[in-house]
Order: sequence, then C-alpha cells, then structure tokens
Amino acid sequence: MTAMMTILGPLVMGAAFGFLLQRGKVTNCNVIENQFRLRDFTVLKVMGTAIVVGGIGVLLLVDTGNTKYYVKDANMLAVALGAALFGVGMVVYGYCPGTALGAIATGSVHALVGALGMVAGAILYALSFDWLKAHVLNVWALGKVRLPDVTHVPDIAWFAALAVGAALFFWWVESAEARRK
Amino acid sequence: MTTITESYVREAPRTARIDWSPYLVGAGIGLLSWIAFAVFGDPLGVTTAYSRIASLFAIPVIGPEAVAQNAYWKSMPLKWDYGVWFLVGIPAGAFISAVMSGTWRLELVPEVWQERFGPSIAKRFIGAFLGGAVIMYGARLAGGCTSGHGISGGLQLAVSSWLFLAVMFATGLGISALMFRKQ
Repeated sequence: MTAMMTILGPLVMGAAFGFLLQRGKVTNCNVIENQFRLRDFTVLKVMGTAIVVGGIGVLLLVDTGNTKYYVKDANMLAVALGAALFGVGMVVYGYCPGTALGAIATGSVHALVGALGMVAGAILYALSFDWLKAHVLNVWALGKVRLPDVTHVPDIAWFAALAVGAALFFWWVESAEARRK
Repeated sequence: MTTITESYVREAPRTARIDWSPYLVGAGIGLLSWIAFAVFGDPLGVTTAYSRIASLFAIPVIGPEAVAQNAYWKSMPLKWDYGVWFLVGIPAGAFISAVMSGTWRLELVPEVWQERFGPSIAKRFIGAFLGGAVIMYGARLAGGCTSGHGISGGLQLAVSSWLFLAVMFATGLGISALMFRKQ
C-alpha cells in the first residue's frame, strides 16, 4: 500500500463513518438519551442493520479468503465491568466515543468537554493498568472466541436468526411508532 | 460567535433536512465494515486510537517520565497509524454532513438534559466531563466501544462483544431510568 493510501485511506473511511453517523442522527445527544429511555429506537435501528449487513458480508469475505476475523479477547470479567461503566457513562455523557467526535464537529460544545473527560478516563485507565492486569484482565479469560465456536451453532444459522429477529423487532417498533403519530 | 452561527444556521438551506432512514445508514456502516475488513484489515473502532492520542495529553498531567514508563502506553504507544487517521476523519465527515444538511448548530445544553436538569451550562459540562471519563475507562477495560465491540465485534459474532452489548444496554437502561425518573 502506498504512503498516500495509508493516510488517505483511513481518513476517507473515518469521514464516511462520521458522515453516516451524522446522517443517522446518532451524533445527536437527544437521540441517544431517548434510546435508553425507549422513546426513540434510532440507535438500535442503525446498529442492528449494521451488524446484520456487515456480518453477512464479512462472513462471505472470510469464507472466500478475502479477510480474516479480528476478534477481541473474551476477558469476561473485564468486558462485563467495562461494559457496565460504559453504559453508565453513555447515559450521563449522552454519546459514545465515536458519535461524540462527530458531535463536536456539528457544534456540540458539551461533547467537546466530555472528550476532555474521555482523555482523563484514558489516563486513569493507564495509571490503573498494572493492577487491572494482575487482578481483573485475566479472570474468566476465554480468548478470542466466537459464538459459533462455543455454541456449535453455525454462522449462517446465527445470521438467519439475527436477521429474522431484527426484522420482527423493527417491524414491531415501526408499527408502534406509526400508531403514536 | 453565537451570532455568526445563528445567522449561518438561519441561512442554511431548509429544504435539506436529514431524512435518511436509519436502516439505510446502518446498511452503509455495514458496507463500510466490508471495506474495512477486506481492504484495510482494520475493523471500525475508536477508543484504541483515542487512548494512543490521550498519552500526548497525559504528558503535561502526569509528566513525560510517567507516560514513558507506563505499561499500558508501552503496549499502546502514540503512532500515526490507521486508527488515528480514521479518528481524524470522523469529525471531518460529520462536519461535512451537518453543513450539507443545514443541521450544524451550537449546542451547550441538549434538550433532554435541560428538561431534566435545567439550563445550567456548568452542570451539563460537569456531567459531560464525568460521563466522558467513565465511558472511556469502561471502553478501555472492556477493550472497545460501541464501534469496536458493538458493531465490529457484534458482526463477527464475538463472544466478548455480545457480552459487551448486553451489559452495556442493560446498565444504560437502568441508569437512564434512575436519571430521568419522574419526581
């Protein structure tokens, strides 16, 4: 890959991601807060569609030898604790890290203040890393496992179930939203 | 500053409201994931690169020695790699979209927050700062965020990522119910 591509490539990818996040309204703090208040299902609609469409494509790409999986370690205790903190932080902040970066560029000053908080959080994590590594990160560490590995249910069945489940759920959400209007 | 923005927003084309379907956007992000996997071998993610950049800000706070000696930043030093440039692209793309759709506006206190906690800017800034700190600590502990775990990990059917999604949404719903409870 050329030097130009190593900078321009990720810049364009990031810009496309930021563009989509803004067009999906998820750089709007109110939309995220109202997802957790179950008043606006935009976040789940975006994420659910991305997972199903992205997952089926990546599965095909892996099967045809065009890419491989990049699975994160299942350090179950660390992931569970981290995700719990993440859920709290997301509701208090009103953004997740990616949507926050987009929101700053659309004029949200409070998102910028929170981004400084995110720097503080990263510093606190780095300072507590030695202790976490010794006491938390190795607890229930299952390695880079995927659901098909642990359940012996094949990929295609997972995606079929996810697609049908998502379609039914979104159909129900859409009809509830239509009734409310 | 405010007046410039206000006049800009007033003059922005009103016809071009955001009317993209969230499903279309989700499919677009899914498609972007295909490219990320097949062309770059680097799934969409935010916080790994963010913590690399945070080491720069940490130097004036905890000193250059402490940063250089830190075991976490030794494993994750600042380098201008794919993830960091991807991070730079996100605000650029969001800015272009906001300007094109005429939805760029200064926001100091979002509506939902204001309804519950009032118009105090200081209160909102403190909340945003603390929330930001907690979310990033959680993201680093879990090994990813809504992008890296939620979307990239979720679409790979990773065990870690589906645990992340379930716990994140459950605690988010709980804390939201507490925060926005009727008084």
